[in-house]
Amino acid sequence: PYKVVGLEIHAQISSNSKLFSGSQVQFAAPPNSLVSFFDASLPGTLPVLNRRCVEAAVMTGLALNCSINKKSLFDRKHYFYADLPAGYQITQQRVPIAVNGSLSYSLCIDNKMSQMVTKTVRIKQIQLEQDSGKSLHDDVRSQTLVDLNRAGVGLMEVVMEPDMCCGEEAAAAVRELQLILQTLGSSQAVMAEGQLRVDANVSVHHPGEPYGVRTEVKNINSIRFLAKAVDYEIERQIEELESGGTILNETRAFDSKLGCTVPMRDKEGKQDYRFMPEPNLPPLILYNARSLPANMNHQQVVNIDWIHERLPDLPSVKRAKLVEQYGILPEHSFTLLNEAGLTEFFEDVIKQTQMKPKKVIGWILNDLLSYLKQHSLTVKESPVSSFLLADLLNRLEKKEISSTAAKQVFAELWKGEGKTPLEIVKEKKLQLIQDQEDLERICQAVMAIKSGNRKVLNKLIGLVQRETQGRSNPVLVKQLLEKKLSE
Amino acid sequence: MLNCYLKGQQEHERPEFIPYAHLRIRTKQKVTVEVLDHLEHLALVDFRDSEGVERLQKAIQFADQLHEVNTDGVEPMDSVLEDRCLYLREDDVTEGNCTEELLKNAREKVEEYFVAPPGNIPLPKLEERETFLKGS
Repeated sequence: PYKVVGLEIHAQISSNSKLFSGSQVQFAAPPNSLVSFFDASLPGTLPVLNRRCVEAAVMTGLALNCSINKKSLFDRKHYFYADLPAGYQITQQRVPIAVNGSLSYSLCIDNKMSQMVTKTVRIKQIQLEQDSGKSLHDDVRSQTLVDLNRAGVGLMEVVMEPDMCCGEEAAAAVRELQLILQTLGSSQAVMAEGQLRVDANVSVHHPGEPYGVRTEVKNINSIRFLAKAVDYEIERQIEELESGGTILNETRAFDSKLGCTVPMRDKEGKQDYRFMPEPNLPPLILYNARSLPANMNHQQVVNIDWIHERLPDLPSVKRAKLVEQYGILPEHSFTLLNEAGLTEFFEDVIKQTQMKPKKVIGWILNDLLSYLKQHSLTVKESPVSSFLLADLLNRLEKKEISSTAAKQVFAELWKGEGKTPLEIVKEKKLQLIQDQEDLERICQAVMAIKSGNRKVLNKLIGLVQRETQGRSNPVLVKQLLEKKLSE
Repeated sequence: MLNCYLKGQQEHERPEFIPYAHLRIRTKQKVTVEVLDHLEHLALVDFRDSEGVERLQKAIQFADQLHEVNTDGVEPMDSVLEDRCLYLREDDVTEGNCTEELLKNAREKVEEYFVAPPGNIPLPKLEERETFLKGS
């Protein structure tokens, strides 16, 4: 059967104040301390649009290849809930700020990083809307506690068409959107702090038949859970239909503990939101270089072209540049961008070392990153700085130490005891025997033994002992040396 | 419209919706119980008695006069303010920090949170409600 997955993503706009009021936007503040009279819906208050939120939405629309609507409208969406004090949400239902875009993302085939395929999902629209407050359910006392700090915070709703077909695709698309938003700065998009919320619309149908009934899945708190929730819901629908049942057009919640979706209460039947134009806000007009009015106050003008010129390099562009500049593989560039701060770390090391980028990348991805993951640390928290790693790699390049010794030094550096690579090398006697005379002596000794001189064998055993700092078994070493010399 | 003004001048106690006599107002069939029930759910109003329902019926009829105007090819207008500039505010923090004042409005509070019932309490079905509509 064909699996059809669409997404509705709400990204909290990164701004100082709210969409329609001057209250501060901040995570985890004392309850109801970031609430103005407007946010509390007290009579006589009016919405005043925040310019920064408009710019954030335009940036995001441009980054997602959308057409920006030079004239967009605000509407009221009515429903009753304790965390929506006005009884309606101001949104953009008729004419949103941006439409008809696309987002490209990559997937690994068969979990092999080396085979990546690019997919595209169409962006139906991006609209500006208000966030609601937060409800804390107290089942014990049968009441809900309401905190309006979040009420009125600006959101960008990004609607993705049902072009995806499984949890993996949905997760990859959201991850790429997250990176784009963070690069633009329009949203910090941290799912754990509720700055990025995803609802999935899932349905299945047989090829050639019309689309099946879709369900909406909510309460998805991480990208990992998004993949799980979508895949579970697809399975559930297939099983239900194959056993002769039907799918209800309902809203379901994802239960992360049980790994399944369950019907949500409080969502009885189809809602009638009674959309109406927001009477207190005239149309939002945006300009470009051509339509810019001559005498208007700059502060009142949002110029699409001005914003376009100042867009930073998007992740896809950054990756291409990394591949071109440093000769690394595309999948390497994905890993670099996927970890906050890793690209900067990599480039810092490159600046401070003679080692070729193609070799440095191995150390960054195989050694540094795996240590970080093992200890659940971010790049920022790394006990090994780019300076220290560059120093180590330089010594390796200059052949002061062997590759195996370098790994040992790295392990030591990881302990974060403040020692430099040089100090560790000296301490652990890891230097490569570079000295010409030393090596000549060893070679001559080998040749002498070959011609029967046994006393030299003892000298060799001594050298091996030194090399291994006295940790090798002398009897075993003698046996090995004798074996090797007779080859 | 003109009707209302004139009646107002004559200081009637309550306004009446009386359509222009010369117009044949194309009103749809009488408002049904299902529609009224739906409205009661959506807006949480209570059509208390027959007079309330009558008033609604008359108000709809009154508004239907608008159908007499030929609006072919005319863009709908949301607001007479549509040509005004939408003012854009700078992204500065200028409000908030009035928790105590806001909570003064709350009948119940718990440690600076507003208290609400546990989720929406659904309006009971028509059969179970004490509403005039039951009799219709």
